[in-house]
Amino acid sequence: MRRLPDMSSHALFIASAYAITALVVVGLILRAVVDHRIQRRALAELEARGAGRRSRRG
Amino acid sequence: MIRDLANPTRFMTLSGALLPWLAGAAAMILMVGLYMTWFTAPADYQQGETVRIMYLHVPAAWLSLFFYMIMASSAIGTLVWRHPLADVSQKAAAPIGAAFTFICLVTGSLWGKPMWGTYWQWDARLTSMLVMLLIYLGILALWRAIEEPNRAARAVSILTLVGAVNVPIVKFSVDWWNTLHQPASVFRLGGPTIHPSMLIPLLVMAAGFTLLGVTLHLSGMRTEILRRRVRTLTILEAERLDAQAA
Repeated sequence: MRRLPDMSSHALFIASAYAITALVVVGLILRAVVDHRIQRRALAELEARGAGRRSRRG
Repeated sequence: MIRDLANPTRFMTLSGALLPWLAGAAAMILMVGLYMTWFTAPADYQQGETVRIMYLHVPAAWLSLFFYMIMASSAIGTLVWRHPLADVSQKAAAPIGAAFTFICLVTGSLWGKPMWGTYWQWDARLTSMLVMLLIYLGILALWRAIEEPNRAARAVSILTLVGAVNVPIVKFSVDWWNTLHQPASVFRLGGPTIHPSMLIPLLVMAAGFTLLGVTLHLSGMRTEILRRRVRTLTILEAERLDAQAA
């Protein structure tokens, strides 16, 4: 395996770019997973309560 | 196939089967791309190691425009054909497009400081990209401001199509105006001007980011369909309880 490049002169700029991108991407993935779980749980609770049944009145 | 996908239930089944494969492929290609970016791609003779920011900045810029085009197509689907999944697609694409636009602007700024001597310049490419982010944020705000999904979808569709005027401005700003930003060097008449040792890692990273974006988009669409089912069932439950109480 080759060695990592020497980025001493601009290391902070390069590392910051990769760190911020990683944070945003991880944030997008987490948001997708958490939001999906919340909606799935809410749907399961509503279905368990029989929320889809219409009233016989009217 | 498209008609089959128009049915949300069928879409949920097909996308559910497809998602793990897409996510796996995105992770694998991104890992290969990162390896190439860090271990096989050379430093640039002028820009040195800072050229490694390009492997994030350029795919993010492409995806910013790609997701806006998805939103504009979905907006047409909503306004013209009232396709049941069009506004779901539009709503799911907006935060992903906004995130990639943000990445593009931040990485561009971090690349600009050591190369141009400034984090920001009000030139045509940078400004039109900032306008793109503001349009994305406006669209996200409009989705939140209108509660009824169908009304929100129509309003957002109109805003999206008006904002689409900015897409060619972003793309051709470097040709139409004299900017600090370099002209197109990959998708241009006459072929790419980048050496294959840098072009191939760049295309691999772009493929990885695109697969990641598509995975997130499909996942977001699935969540939005669930959210609408929850909303419908909540309304039905409230009506049933009202009827019982009366």
